[in-house]
Amino acid sequence: MSEIVKEPSMLLQKEMIARNYEAITSKHETGRKVSSTFVPGNLNELLLCFDIVNNLPEINAIQNGMRKLSGNYIMDAEKSGHSEDVCTYVKADIGMMGAGNIAPNGKPFPKPDVLLLSYTGCYTFMKWFELLREEYKCPTLMLHVPYEGDGHSTKNMRDYIVKQLKEVIIPGLEQVSGIKFDIDRLREALRNSAKAEDNLVWVLESGKHKPSPIDAYFGGVYYIGPIFTAFRGTPDAIAYYDALRTEVQARIDTRQGPITPDGSNFNDQRYRLVVEGPPNWTHFREFWKMFSDEGAVVVASSYTKVGGMYDLGFRHDADNPLETLADYCLGCYTNRNLPTRVDILAKYIEEYEADGLLINSIKSCNSFSAGQLMMMNEVERRTGKPGAFIETDLVDPRYFSAANVKNRLESYFQMIEQKRLGTAKAA
Amino acid sequence: MTTTAEIVSRCEAIFEDLDFTAARAWKDAVPGRKVVGFLPLYAPLELIHAAGCLPLGLFGGGDKLEVIHGDAFYQSYICRIPRSTVELGMTKRLDFVDGMIFPFVCDVIRNLSGMWKIMFPNVWTKFFDTPQNFDPEIGGSYYVAELQEMRDGLETLTGRKVSDDDLRRSIALYNENRRLVRQLYTFRARQPWKAPTSEVYLLMRAGLMIDVAEHNALLVRYMAAAEKEDRPKRDNVRVAIYGSFCEQPPLNLIKSIEMAGCYVVEDDYILVNRFLTEDVALDIDPLEALATAYIAHSVETSCKYVPREGEKGKFHVDQIRKAGAEGVIYATPSFCDPALLDRPMICKKLTEEGIPHISFKYAENSGQMQPVREQAGTFADSIKLWS
Ligand code: SF4
Ligand code: SF4
Repeated sequence: MSEIVKEPSMLLQKEMIARNYEAITSKHETGRKVSSTFVPGNLNELLLCFDIVNNLPEINAIQNGMRKLSGNYIMDAEKSGHSEDVCTYVKADIGMMGAGNIAPNGKPFPKPDVLLLSYTGCYTFMKWFELLREEYKCPTLMLHVPYEGDGHSTKNMRDYIVKQLKEVIIPGLEQVSGIKFDIDRLREALRNSAKAEDNLVWVLESGKHKPSPIDAYFGGVYYIGPIFTAFRGTPDAIAYYDALRTEVQARIDTRQGPITPDGSNFNDQRYRLVVEGPPNWTHFREFWKMFSDEGAVVVASSYTKVGGMYDLGFRHDADNPLETLADYCLGCYTNRNLPTRVDILAKYIEEYEADGLLINSIKSCNSFSAGQLMMMNEVERRTGKPGAFIETDLVDPRYFSAANVKNRLESYFQMIEQKRLGTAKAA
Repeated sequence: MTTTAEIVSRCEAIFEDLDFTAARAWKDAVPGRKVVGFLPLYAPLELIHAAGCLPLGLFGGGDKLEVIHGDAFYQSYICRIPRSTVELGMTKRLDFVDGMIFPFVCDVIRNLSGMWKIMFPNVWTKFFDTPQNFDPEIGGSYYVAELQEMRDGLETLTGRKVSDDDLRRSIALYNENRRLVRQLYTFRARQPWKAPTSEVYLLMRAGLMIDVAEHNALLVRYMAAAEKEDRPKRDNVRVAIYGSFCEQPPLNLIKSIEMAGCYVVEDDYILVNRFLTEDVALDIDPLEALATAYIAHSVETSCKYVPREGEKGKFHVDQIRKAGAEGVIYATPSFCDPALLDRPMICKKLTEEGIPHISFKYAENSGQMQPVREQAGTFADSIKLWS
């Protein structure tokens, strides 16, 4: 199958990611320290203060999914005793370790110097790093971020996180890196973050235009790349989001849609969708085409909020450096309770004038998936717009049934048509 | 009630009653009483009790409940307990429950707390996040404030203050309860033929559905009766069960393991009343005391982070040695992230320690016991053969 045709910003990002993999795999030559950490609640600005390179295991699993390597890795992990029932990111990671731990640049991943367990929004994270810790025998720094069970954070939660940052995480990173913490360096990184965040939000909100100049799911996963990974807080990220904004602005000016997987502009947008849940990575292109072929563009998605809900107003704040890190961790999408997630999705349907909510429910991921059926019903009830439910997996190709997904999507689009007819008749 | 059979039959009746008649009767006995349900894995019952409420343990619907509505809420790859809990709610079996506590164990129960808020807006619903940092100054002080928040919530629910003395009185009762439970577990480990696990289990389950003082009295009577009764000792092997802390296996499965030639001398079924391993102090601030007990004296289980790698699974090994178990059955609910993600780590530790182990999965409504019996039987035989 051919590759996805890339927009200029995608190429820029590709180069940035390659550079980061190079920094990781060359740690023995450069002497730089490497951390492993997760996307939601990642503390990239803090790592920058210690010159620590950031390696994100979910991103490696995604890379392996897109390069069709994850299926075998997962099966290897299952053969060695990992349950078929648990998150396939974990198994793809463990299977990759067993197969020589080769990075996408073809060089072996070095052992991390620290596992920074920023524990936000997903139970699996805790066990994933307990499992890796057995293997790597390196220091593990746990930052426990309480869940917003009542739909908001509290002072106690924030104080608890700040205390952990001061007394566990920062001293731990100082020890690993041999570099003393400099709060002004952190402030500078945070200022950089906020600039990039402004542009990211602008891009994500451009989905309100008609036609939408972006696809906020299939394109969105690229748009969030730098800010959700190793680049938040860097001038690189600022440059990337400047370039991305210019690219999107040009499409708005010419009333063009986003680039489809085969490189044409997607202008014939018949359905505007809000999507909840992560995408499937093993059949990413095929999956995307099922939407674009039918004229369905995604105007907003929750997955682009797992690494921070900037569109709700949050920006990293250099004036309150540790508190802002706490607020960031607390506010990531899956750390918000279900009623809040319903509110967010219903708001997206209204504000982005979408035709409905599509849920891609991921077999692996209880953090996202447990409760999604109810969420769909609630959003339908509140917005009057139809919802639909498909089931796939992140990186396990065994759980991607193209025929099933396609059928479901087709009937969903028919349902939207009928709804439109009904509304037109009633008017 | 003087015989174990009588006590166990009372407990079984409470356990099987999905209309919660005993809890309803407790509530109706005095106007204004409130019932607060809680799910696995651990909630500080002392606080609920001190607020004058009955803490009601909700551990799913078992194999007797027909789940109709609940299945429409969950995909096939999610465990059973949330769907049967939803079923209990939607069929109005929990309509007398005034508050619900969803303790942290995994993302399924975490998300269920939000669903409950949407489905039952008139019920006080609290997600209860215990700390994963075990420094008294950090995790401990966070926990004290969380306990205070829960206390405030309970005060609003009941309209009455929960004083420190109220709390100390409740802590004392629960200390007594924990002491008796530990005593019973020690008794079973010494003479498992006198206290079969199917009976101990029912005593534990019923205990979380009735008032603690009543449970304490039942425990005392059961142990006295069990000591006196003469029951045949079989040539069974001694095993520990792990992985069964949340969704519960059907009673038949618990019995099947025993029938297959295993004496269960240690387990993590419904850990609530064994979660704290020592008395909670009575001579300091009660919230501090509860926090300290959690931080310094609680079990290792899958919902807790283990800060030091070398410690992982150590608790299990120590318990196994203490109980004199010869092998471990790691029995987990299907699709249970906590138990299944922990399994390779715990089993690796067991292998390193030379402790034989097997594992299998179940669901609360599993019907087929033959495979379990065969697996447990073969395991027992292999232990006998090689030990
Ligand atoms: S369970 Fe979900 S959120 Fe957690 S690591 Fe897996 S995919 Fe990510
Ligand atoms: S059985 Fe396991 S996965 Fe299911 S709710 Fe309980 S702890 Fe979570």
